Amino acid sequence: MKQSKMPLIITIFVLVFFYVPILVLVAQSFNAARFGGSWQGFTFRWYEELFQNHNVLRATRNTLLVAFITTVVSTLLGTLAGWALHHYKTGLQKVHYGFIYAPLVVPDILMGMSLLLLFVNLSIPLSLNTIIIAHITFCISYVTLVVLGRLQDFDFSLIEAAQDLGAGTLTIFWKILVPLLGPGIAAGALLAFTLSIDDFVITYLVAGPGSTTLPVYVYSMMKFGSPAQINALCVLFMAATFSIVILSQLVLNKKQ
Amino acid sequence: MQEYLITTPTLVWLILLFLIPTLLVFAISFRPATPSGGIGEGWTLDTWRSVAETNYNSIYWRTFWLSLATTVICLVIAIPVGHWMAQTSPKWRNFALLLIILPFWTNFLIRIHAWRTFLHPDGFFKDTLIFLGLAEEQTQLLYNEWTILAVLVYSYLPFAILPIYAAAEKFDYALLEAARDLGTTRAGAFFRVFLPGISKGILTALLIVFIPALGSYAIPDIIGGTSSEMIGNKIAQRVFSDRNLPHASALSSLLAVVVFMPMLIALATQRDRSPKKSTGGDA
Repeated sequence: MKQSKMPLIITIFVLVFFYVPILVLVAQSFNAARFGGSWQGFTFRWYEELFQNHNVLRATRNTLLVAFITTVVSTLLGTLAGWALHHYKTGLQKVHYGFIYAPLVVPDILMGMSLLLLFVNLSIPLSLNTIIIAHITFCISYVTLVVLGRLQDFDFSLIEAAQDLGAGTLTIFWKILVPLLGPGIAAGALLAFTLSIDDFVITYLVAGPGSTTLPVYVYSMMKFGSPAQINALCVLFMAATFSIVILSQLVLNKKQ
Repeated sequence: MQEYLITTPTLVWLILLFLIPTLLVFAISFRPATPSGGIGEGWTLDTWRSVAETNYNSIYWRTFWLSLATTVICLVIAIPVGHWMAQTSPKWRNFALLLIILPFWTNFLIRIHAWRTFLHPDGFFKDTLIFLGLAEEQTQLLYNEWTILAVLVYSYLPFAILPIYAAAEKFDYALLEAARDLGTTRAGAFFRVFLPGISKGILTALLIVFIPALGSYAIPDIIGGTSSEMIGNKIAQRVFSDRNLPHASALSSLLAVVVFMPMLIALATQRDRSPKKSTGGDA
């Protein structure tokens, strides 16, 4: 059958559409013009100013702290939940699955609003703690589904075989569960980490004074700050995310 | 026993921090607001009356048509792209897949900001348009509904491409040839064989784009002006500028009802509920 060229042309058009704005942003971050726009020469000035900006450093520290705690807790909870969903086919697990699934389809602004109202009602002051609680809440679902996906590929007769051959619980844990399920759990943890670092809408609603994270800081800079510095900050943020993704892909592929 | 031990932690967490807060949104929309920005005692329907007022209609309508237009445009683009990816050699397919996913590993605020830079009044895109005679010096590219639509499509297109590509990859392309051999036109084969064959992917794409688009907040906030607000902007305004939490709750409840309706319809028509990956909590 003769192939139409249209799909290929549309695909190329889509890729151009995806990359042109980002490339323009990267170019603009080296533009000497203070308010962007026409090209006025190459400069590193905006990056230098950025490194002297203490707010950026503080926001980065907050972001990493939140992401770290969120990752640990949600990976723990999500792994347990994935295990439960895989092992038991009871009515309780149907309800459990519903609870895991529902947060995935709720728009961020709704989830942020609901948590904000909860904190206001219980008179819990908004701080990094409330951000961490919110992040764990939306990360659990993602970790659970990733772990559940890996568990479905896992051959449980391996454990029985090991038991028949006289392996103890610890041996089974270290020699079978960790190497075989580890990559799946690590993938879930990585997803939680990136989601936490990236979240803006929910964080913005439940953040209190002094608990600015990097996306919230980027947002306030977009609204009120110097356009040139934001360009530089965006490029650095982007470079950092890409490095994490590429690095983790390398590590995960090696393990498998 | 062991089942309860490992189920309880997530179940309790999600009941306390997802179910109860969501119900709280509905409950608080019936509470009066206090002048100091708090939540008063007693129950009232006043908030719902003011939410039903006509001056909100333009915002509801804009939220709906922008989300619908985003969904339709994303599907119209994603179907040929998914089709191409399913048909091409694995080498090109993986390369395209990587290129499609890569920009979306960056923070979505950054992508929105990239659009602001791209459409800058003195930027090269505007200069190109002027050069081609497509724009005037005073044409404003930012702060209108069409730009919001473009950025919404930009943000959600990958989430439409991925499920459609996944469905197209499983589609048996021999069926298309069979249809052609039996005398169907190319368009007939496309609409009556290919589209029904990937209908599940299309449905997933539709939900994954339409639902978060309805709740858009950051895109209209940054790219749009006051004349192009969506319901998400109104919710945020009631929280941050006027501090009227019952009002914000009523708007959120409205959004929740609109969001859950297509989902329930979809769940009713689609019997097996295999876990679909949703969007990365963005936009």
